[in-house]
Amino acid sequence: MNSQLVMFISQIFNGLKIGSVYSLVALGYTMVYGIIRLINFAHGDFIMVGAYVLMLTAPAIIAMGMPAWVAVIPAILICVAVGVIVEKAAYKPVRERGNSMTALITAIAMSLLLENGAQAVFGADYKTIPTVFSIPSVNFGALHISGDTILTIVLGLVIMVGLQLYVSYTKRGKAMRAVSEDKEASILMGVNINSTITLTFAIGSGLAAVASLMYVAAYPQVSPTMGAMLGLKAFVAAVLGGIGSIPGAMIGGLTIGLIESLTKAYIGTITAGIITSAFSDAIVFGILIVVLLVKPSGIMGKNEGEKV
Amino acid sequence: MLDIKDLKVSYGAVEALKGISLHVDDGEIVSLIGANGAGKTTTLHTITGLVPAQSGSITFNGHDLLATKSGKIVTLGMAHIPEGRHVFTRMTVQENLEMGAFSLKDQSGVGKGLERAFEYFPRLKERRNQLAGTLSGGEQQMVAMGRALMSNPTTILMDEPSMGLSPLLVKDIFSIITMLHAKGITILLVEQNAKMALSIADRAYVLETGRITMEGDANDLLHDEKVRRAYLGA
Repeated sequence: MNSQLVMFISQIFNGLKIGSVYSLVALGYTMVYGIIRLINFAHGDFIMVGAYVLMLTAPAIIAMGMPAWVAVIPAILICVAVGVIVEKAAYKPVRERGNSMTALITAIAMSLLLENGAQAVFGADYKTIPTVFSIPSVNFGALHISGDTILTIVLGLVIMVGLQLYVSYTKRGKAMRAVSEDKEASILMGVNINSTITLTFAIGSGLAAVASLMYVAAYPQVSPTMGAMLGLKAFVAAVLGGIGSIPGAMIGGLTIGLIESLTKAYIGTITAGIITSAFSDAIVFGILIVVLLVKPSGIMGKNEGEKV
Repeated sequence: MLDIKDLKVSYGAVEALKGISLHVDDGEIVSLIGANGAGKTTTLHTITGLVPAQSGSITFNGHDLLATKSGKIVTLGMAHIPEGRHVFTRMTVQENLEMGAFSLKDQSGVGKGLERAFEYFPRLKERRNQLAGTLSGGEQQMVAMGRALMSNPTTILMDEPSMGLSPLLVKDIFSIITMLHAKGITILLVEQNAKMALSIADRAYVLETGRITMEGDANDLLHDEKVRRAYLGA
């Protein structure tokens, strides 16, 4: 295998790895949007919450002789609790009394609250986190793919397929789809709307905790604002895939991951150094603008005259 | 038996129902007729708790419906087929029907319920895997009716089941309603198609701007001069 090809394939794997993280986060955005038509801008910060829980609990878990990734369990529990509390304490009262704009502003406020709350407690500087996975890398000749890359991609796929099966075939999953389409008819079927919304937040926040595990496996650093950029990119992924669509979130996340990774690797060479890899974020957000102009409903989206 | 006493409902400053009383006995078909905006849909929405009442009472087989959470009313044996059908357009026909059985504690009855719904509406069986949003209006009405039947209701509230349907389909839908009646299901029917509604009903009420202005035997109302002039175009 020549070195060019080796580099290309490893960039593809890098893209799929970060893309899996975006997909998991995008699922949270898209499920919540689907059910209450709210862009939960605090969703990215749930990842940060998960990462701090990982940082705090991993040493104790290692001390107990268990592998560090077991810390994802307390991270999931805390993230689910934070997600459900944010919904019950902030979004639900606003939803019942205000309009979609008040809810959106509340979401931005919750994001700021979480970021600044974390900063007040943990300080603004980056903190390192213990290695969560120690898996040997896989080698195909000159091609080395790290174990955590493969694990992240596989885990991401398993979760996404599992979630799709859950909403397609289980009673609760069908109720989620029913509520996201028609609340009035769902009530008449005997669906409890509030508990369905709570379940949606719980699943989305739990996925954010898993995403934080994957993220810190790749970039072992934690900071109060780490979720902001990650959340925004996942939001772009959700819009690209078609907000409200679960398969769309997966496709959007993987696409954004691949675009980002390949841009970072090749844009400098392709444009003869005019555009450097430092522009990769700009390109991701450029995609958002293009999608909104060309196909606002996204790849898998249903055409609805709904706005943020 | 469904019993409504002195029910008042307001949307902000607008009084939609100004104190109506009506009852539906077990096994009856009762029609509620009236013009647009008379309060027919509001009446049904208040019964199933989609709209809060201001005062008055609604009891159903001894249960105080105004004190019952709207999502729980279907478990008391009352199904509501809303105006405009409200099928889940992005779910298949079968999934729509399964949603109708959501409130059943024992989900093993779902298969039987599906069979029964397909007996009433054979067309739905052919289209069971099709998305409900791709069906015609008449087929969607069948989905809405089949879905309501899935909860094994003793009483069904129907809101404008004939709306937007061709005369042929209207006939079909009304013959299904009579069939359900023959099986002992109690029906409260809201209709703008007053002639059809009165011809199949036992009793009827006429609703005018939030008040019940006439009530009685459906056949008598069908031949009443005032009703004929106002609602039957004769």
